[in-house]
Amino acid sequence: MSHLPDAPRSFQEIILRLQTYWAGKGCAILQPYDMEVGAGTFHPATTLRSLGTKPWAAAYVQPSRRPTDGRYGENPNRLQHYYQYQVLIKPSPPDLQELYLGSLEAIGVDMALHDIRFVEDDWESPTLGAWGLGWEVWCDGMEVSQFTYFQQVGGHDCHPVSGELTYGLERLAMYILGVDHVMDMPFNDPQTDIALSYGDIFKQTEEEYARWNFDNANTEVLLRQFEEAEAHCRTLLDQPAEDPKTGKRIVMAHPAYDQCIKASHIFNLLDARGVISVTERQAYIGRVRALAKLCADAFVQTSAGGWRPEDAA
Amino acid sequence: MPDLLIELFSEEIPARMQRRAAEDLRKLVTDGLVEAGLTYASAAGFATPRRLTLTVEGLLAESPATVEERKGPRADAPEKAIAGFLRSTGLSADDLETRETPKGPVLFARIEKAGRPAAEIISDVLGGTIRNFPWPTSMRWGSGTLRWVRPLQSILCILTDEAGHTVVPLEVEGIAAGDRTAGHRFMAPASFAVSGFDDYAAKLKRAFVVLDADERAEAIWHDATNMAFANGLEVVEDKGLLAEVAGLVEWPVVLMGRIGEDFLDLPPEVLQTSMKEHQKFFSVRNPKTGRIERFITVANRETADNGVTILAGNEKVLSARLADAKFFWENDLRVAKAGMQPWLEQLKNVTFHAKLGTQADLVGRVATLSRKIAILVKADPHLAEEAAIHAKADLSSEMVYEFPELQGLMGRYYLEAADRAPEVAAAAEEHYAPLGPSDDVPTAPVSIAVALAEKMDKLTGFWAIDEKPTGSKDPYALRRAALGIIRTILENDLSVSFIEMAFLSYAILLGRATGYRAAADAAEMLNAAKVIGDKQLIERMEAINRSLPEDYIEQSEEASLQFTKKKVEALGSFLHDRLKVYLRDQGIRHDIIDACIAMEGNDDLTLLVKRARALSETLQTDDGENLIQAFKRANNILAQAQEADGVEYSFGADPKFAETEEERALFAALDRAEAEIAPAMKAEDFATAMTAMASLRAPVDAFFTAVQVNAENATVRRNRLNLLNRITTLCGSVADLTRIDG
Repeated sequence: MSHLPDAPRSFQEIILRLQTYWAGKGCAILQPYDMEVGAGTFHPATTLRSLGTKPWAAAYVQPSRRPTDGRYGENPNRLQHYYQYQVLIKPSPPDLQELYLGSLEAIGVDMALHDIRFVEDDWESPTLGAWGLGWEVWCDGMEVSQFTYFQQVGGHDCHPVSGELTYGLERLAMYILGVDHVMDMPFNDPQTDIALSYGDIFKQTEEEYARWNFDNANTEVLLRQFEEAEAHCRTLLDQPAEDPKTGKRIVMAHPAYDQCIKASHIFNLLDARGVISVTERQAYIGRVRALAKLCADAFVQTSAGGWRPEDAA
Repeated sequence: MPDLLIELFSEEIPARMQRRAAEDLRKLVTDGLVEAGLTYASAAGFATPRRLTLTVEGLLAESPATVEERKGPRADAPEKAIAGFLRSTGLSADDLETRETPKGPVLFARIEKAGRPAAEIISDVLGGTIRNFPWPTSMRWGSGTLRWVRPLQSILCILTDEAGHTVVPLEVEGIAAGDRTAGHRFMAPASFAVSGFDDYAAKLKRAFVVLDADERAEAIWHDATNMAFANGLEVVEDKGLLAEVAGLVEWPVVLMGRIGEDFLDLPPEVLQTSMKEHQKFFSVRNPKTGRIERFITVANRETADNGVTILAGNEKVLSARLADAKFFWENDLRVAKAGMQPWLEQLKNVTFHAKLGTQADLVGRVATLSRKIAILVKADPHLAEEAAIHAKADLSSEMVYEFPELQGLMGRYYLEAADRAPEVAAAAEEHYAPLGPSDDVPTAPVSIAVALAEKMDKLTGFWAIDEKPTGSKDPYALRRAALGIIRTILENDLSVSFIEMAFLSYAILLGRATGYRAAADAAEMLNAAKVIGDKQLIERMEAINRSLPEDYIEQSEEASLQFTKKKVEALGSFLHDRLKVYLRDQGIRHDIIDACIAMEGNDDLTLLVKRARALSETLQTDDGENLIQAFKRANNILAQAQEADGVEYSFGADPKFAETEEERALFAALDRAEAEIAPAMKAEDFATAMTAMASLRAPVDAFFTAVQVNAENATVRRNRLNLLNRITTLCGSVADLTRIDG
């Protein structure tokens, strides 16, 4: 077994090590998507880029929001805003499991002392019209990552298949750093002059957003915004492929997908406000899924999605 | 004779699929080999999380050569016919033999097929098996098109004989078969070559892989029970969990951990469920207190610190999980102790079925019905109603939201905490019973009332909206509900009419439903209201009725009664059908059940089954079986005579017209039997009645042997026909014997 690096001392060091590790394995290190999303999978670098035939390898941190999980910063494990680390490689390499285990070693998990297990977990995202097979990865009985081979995204079969890794950063870091409450976790180097804990940075925002999510988000505004995002997405995709101003072929898959993400997040907020009934819930999810499918249809009509000029005929 | 070893090495196979996959591999490959002429002595399949293995011993080295003789056209047949025969056999004209037959000279072909070497056959069979393997779910990976449960990484396929081993040439989607495999993912990841099954199993064990799932399970159970015993504790048995855990490890290492003091007061079922569902831990119980105090986890490796790090991690995860459970438990207890009102309110927001209303609607119906049924089954009607009102409250609790499998049980805990009567608390758990054919039925009267009411409401509700089970489709588990009703009645020896219960249930449904039928007409509602005895409802319905024209009420009242009757009758025959299935499994013939269903009082299932059992036993005796023949003979002669004469011979047989001893003996026997049967039937003592009936066999047989029924003397003939009628009427009072087969 290779020499193990010293144990990391902070949340950010774990992120930095993951960045360095995956950069070393040839991934493009992207930055978070600049919109509110529920999980790293929603980043177009995963959803859209897992479509089509072009090879792809990217890794990034994605801040994610789950309004219903807010606990005013009091629960040791639950947050309405948290970070995911996401890796997507297409086609999935034959040694993806080994690469993944290498990343755990890089962040200080000693394979000789811990019990790592791949436990069946079939992944499905009803809002994205996506599913795949894989595992949740357990370290000493704790789920530390999701490992998925994408089979379908936005209703399209994946050819080739992408391998997706998702690390729940806070939980993983708490385990590695031996911290029991997320707010106590050192964010930067605890030895530094201005040492900041996770709580120093996020306790107040967790409170503010929990109050907003549960009691003050204006549901009328949100309901209207949902309708608007949905309509806007469809309008964008209804435009002809050729841009009348430049004469170029410009399919607006990404701007349309932004509206789909927006609708999805607004739905999550409405759900947290408790204004969506059980039966309506399914209908809303179906509406977002319909948008995701349209965006996927559009993306495969772009060059990044594998479209070639000769396909025009 | 060579031996064959196959290993399909992949990324982690879901535990629940491994056993079946090992068996499928064995069957598909050996069937394919045998079909191609390769027989073998023995075969066995194995599975671990990362491999499917098949060993076949004593295989033929090659398939035997075959010779087939085929008859062709006559030697003097047209050239075209002979050319066709040559084409179909692949032979030339010189190869054919001409034989003299009674039809003249005929051409014969001898087609010889050489044997194929085993390796060639195996390559075909295994290649096909891999490409078409019946995984419950399968996937693609990378850029390939092959499907497997998770990415397939390597194929080991070798034939071994005295001379050594050879790799079977095979390639599937770029994966070439070889003679190498690898050990445990972490403890011995290096690859190594193997020469045969024994070498393979031995090397695997040295590389920290136990190949046989049963061996892994036994080792886990052995170590777990020893470890618990050494601490004066015992492991809670769970065969499903054991099989699953054995499918998650190649090198099981059993570790026992502690549960934080804070959590030991949680109900044991909560601890058990949380540990099993989330962590796949076994529960370890203190036999003295019955409390769950420790857990067993099974790691997939040995470590230098003897599992200390692993155990510490597992204990930490468990604490976080149990902290959630404790949080739910304490929140729930607060609501329970305050009377559960918010939970009952919440049931109004949960749809039971679009056409049958919310869970709260259901609870309302079942509460009223429980009160009514309680009277029938001699339970306290007030307690039954109270129990039904609270029986579904726990569905709104946080614990049941998290662990749906704890529904009912949590209800019991929470009702106990709320200081409700013990009968009420027990019913919350027991009213779901029986959940399966082997599950116990409730026996406490209040629980019985609520259990029957809940299932009856379900049946009448889905019948009312025409959602009946068809063929294999039974999405609402109505057959299970029906069987639950049947078993609850029979096993508690209850004397209740299910038709009466169904009428009550239906009336309540109509009375409470708003808009289930667009024109739920007033007269029907009034009927329903009267059955329920709800004064307010009756007044409201009567007021509506008064405002309607006279003839409308009469018409619709008649129509609605007919409608209700039809629905209930259809439901009754469904219950009878389920009863037949149930009794058939207990060895009672369907014709016997039919003979009993045809009798009056067939809505009292206990009575019906008593009758059927007695009849079944009687028919197994010599007298009983023969009596049926005699009964049928009597019935036939009587029916023919009645049809020919156009009259009914129904009474008035008189011994004074008897001409023979046998006739007189039959009169006497009938008198005796009647005297026994009538009171026995009244007392529902079917065994005595049937024995008395069977005793008629000898006199009836003797009568038929000695006497000609259709005598020439019209008076004698009429008397004898009337006598036959006494036989059929008497026997018919016990069961409708015309429905008995044979």
